[in-house]
Amino acid sequence: MRGEKKQKTEEKGDPKAPSHRKPNMLTSLSDQLLAADAPLATVDGDTANQREGESVGQESLTDQTVWMLAVRDHRDRQAFGRLFDYFAPRLKGVICRSGLPPSQAEDIVQDVMLTVWRKAAMFDPERAQVSAWIYQIARNKQIDTLRKEKRPVPEELKLPEETQEDAAQVLALDQETQKLRVALGRLKPAQREMVEKAYLGELTHADIREQTGLPLGTIKSRIRLGLERLRHELKEQGLT
Amino acid sequence: MTSVSHHIPDHIMVAYVAGSLPHAYSLVVASHLSMCDRCRTRVAAHEAVGGSVLDSYATQDVSGDLRQRVFDQLDDPFEEAPRFERSGIFPAPVMEALGGLPPKWTPLGMGVRQSILSEDDQGTVRLLYIPSGQAVPDHGHNGLELTLVLQGAFRDETGYFGVGDVEVADDDLEHTPIADDGMPCICLAATDAALRFRSFVPRLLQPIFRI
Repeated sequence: MRGEKKQKTEEKGDPKAPSHRKPNMLTSLSDQLLAADAPLATVDGDTANQREGESVGQESLTDQTVWMLAVRDHRDRQAFGRLFDYFAPRLKGVICRSGLPPSQAEDIVQDVMLTVWRKAAMFDPERAQVSAWIYQIARNKQIDTLRKEKRPVPEELKLPEETQEDAAQVLALDQETQKLRVALGRLKPAQREMVEKAYLGELTHADIREQTGLPLGTIKSRIRLGLERLRHELKEQGLT
Repeated sequence: MTSVSHHIPDHIMVAYVAGSLPHAYSLVVASHLSMCDRCRTRVAAHEAVGGSVLDSYATQDVSGDLRQRVFDQLDDPFEEAPRFERSGIFPAPVMEALGGLPPKWTPLGMGVRQSILSEDDQGTVRLLYIPSGQAVPDHGHNGLELTLVLQGAFRDETGYFGVGDVEVADDDLEHTPIADDGMPCICLAATDAALRFRSFVPRLLQPIFRI
């Protein structure tokens, strides 16, 4: 596999490893995560963030986030291979559920994973956890395939060039997403099935409105904090 | 856009995120999201749920050569889809639906104009131009109607709608929106009842002013 040698170096945490992105706090975070025994990035300024930044260990970021950052910042093919091994069988599972024949489902899986590689620079771990980012790419591809029409998507947020990604925010979002996953895992089977149907596009908006069993409250409360923080930041940057 | 006070309700947002919302409404939702940070973060929350569903979904083995096929293509050149930018009052999703060109207005009478952006058996989405003080005559819709204000404002029986606000009219709402004084009101409106909406034209000639 090409690029194998380069990754090995990067996995050892070569501090001079080239980055495709502007150098920022998060890049240094991913460098440190890839390096053995590296101390965690600490966060300046906001004391609340600092408290969180200090209390989390390297293992607090999910493997998927670490792999995705390595793909984004270092075009790391080995990390991409791990993302593929993790997500491709899951993507195939949800896509086949929609009734597409396996070969067509695999075409979509291929398309999604190639998009993950090509648009990696768009991955913003402050705004979306890896699985949420890939879920949204997969929904877009599936709709584009079925309807032969591009799904309308919102305007890209224009972040100022000099904005630094906030490592504490990234960790917090990752952790809250993990808590959400645990909460969803504790749902009764019938409720769980309803969540899957709703989020895999099997219910119309009218169905969802009538579906009082959907635990929208749980969903909101579990990730409200991180998202409110994000919203606050957007406001401070005068983006909205 | 801190003044936005009418947002996308959860059931429509989940359907948008999951991809079950018809195209016409999705265009209104995507446009509102481009103007409303609150709903943008709410969408992120729902995408996180979708991500969790994907993450914990039962895996299905992929063909042995799929991985290699993907790796073989990593260095292939690829064409970026053209990206549209906001232009004036029109957010990027509307500019994309317009193909980057200014809207082609068709007069409907009484100074009201429309520009249909997309129409299929699941719904129609159009831009509406309503002169200030003018009423949009009662237009029947069998199902959901979403109306997003892009310029000016309107009021109806349910409230006041300014730039960025979205009115959600379910099947049973009888309403007569009236454009506010000041600027002409320009809206992005999606309905699921293409046929019934055609009665819009004759009705426009005999407007019913109901407040």
